Amino acid sequence: MNSGSGHGSLLTLAGFFGVLSLFAIGGGNSAVPEMHRFAVEVQHWLSDRQFADSFALAQLTPGPNLIIVTLIGYHVAGILGALVATLAMCGPPAVFAFFVGGASERFRGKTWHTVLSRALVPVTIGLIAASAAVIVATTGYNWMSLVIMVGTALTAYFVRVHPLWMFAAAAVIGMSGLL
Amino acid sequence: MSASLIPSSVEPPASPFSAAPQQPQPTLTELFTAFAKISLSGFGGVLAWSRRMMVEERKWLTAEQFNETYALCSFLPGGNILNFSVVFGARFGGVRGALVAVAGLMGPPLLLVLVIASIYARYGDLPPLRRALTGVAAAAAGLMIATVAKMAQPLFRNRAVIGPLIALATFVAIGIVQWPLPLVLAVIVPVSIAAAMVRL
Repeated sequence: MNSGSGHGSLLTLAGFFGVLSLFAIGGGNSAVPEMHRFAVEVQHWLSDRQFADSFALAQLTPGPNLIIVTLIGYHVAGILGALVATLAMCGPPAVFAFFVGGASERFRGKTWHTVLSRALVPVTIGLIAASAAVIVATTGYNWMSLVIMVGTALTAYFVRVHPLWMFAAAAVIGMSGLL
Repeated sequence: MSASLIPSSVEPPASPFSAAPQQPQPTLTELFTAFAKISLSGFGGVLAWSRRMMVEERKWLTAEQFNETYALCSFLPGGNILNFSVVFGARFGGVRGALVAVAGLMGPPLLLVLVIASIYARYGDLPPLRRALTGVAAAAAGLMIATVAKMAQPLFRNRAVIGPLIALATFVAIGIVQWPLPLVLAVIVPVSIAAAMVRL
């Protein structure tokens, strides 16, 4: 927590997440690569490890994935940073959704709606896949994390298991240092 | 912005957004608790959770409908569950409804994650905890891969080449080359829209 940088950091947090919030197609997880690029590589707010840890903690917290933003804000400027980052990430899209969301209801079934949804599905899929790649890269390639990742992917794809059980298993395997 | 404003002659609803006008209206308290519940049961991200609930358990939506609804929510910028809470809350309670729904969605996890963050600040360097977190991050990445694989199925079923190509291009630009997100979206979204229009 580098509280020394004071209000400058708060402004940077608000500005970055405020803008990012309007580009986060498909929710928090699709913006993970951009958060990593800016917070770790441009601003050096966090190390790779801290970023991966924040991601893991956000996954362990129930609720929207964008809660990782709260953790990044907390790293930068404590509780105030956490609140500023969260508000910046939620505010602009919420205002947008309030005014546009209701109006777009009346256009349901119109051609442009179909076109947009068809156009955005593959982009969203690409973004989530990219997030997975960035997280794998930041956790560091070792046997343990690769085995856990592939194991979880296969389990989640073929069997219906609550994600929490898979996280618990992964945490235990990781903690024991078995692999 | 009530549902009755929509002419009843439009085709049957394809998403949970278009509720029947005679459905009971939630109070502000019910709005808050509803979204707090959705939020608190959504471990591992609300996408995986809502897909499980809507497609696999309740069967409210088919895989294609889920993809479409999901894309429609993400057509609005920001987290789709956040947008859902705003639009849903606004329909039943205007500005206050939207605020209450968002507060229900974001309030409990915000408090929780701050507690977790302060614990991490104190104990985050302990090796067992670090290894556990590495395991969880890897599992979360695996979960995302599984979700992507499930979402991608309808893409290939249509026998179109352009969809998978656009998904691949997005993945490479953001995940491998790591170009800035706004830049990539500014190029790839218009291309994808053009491709979708040609196919119509």
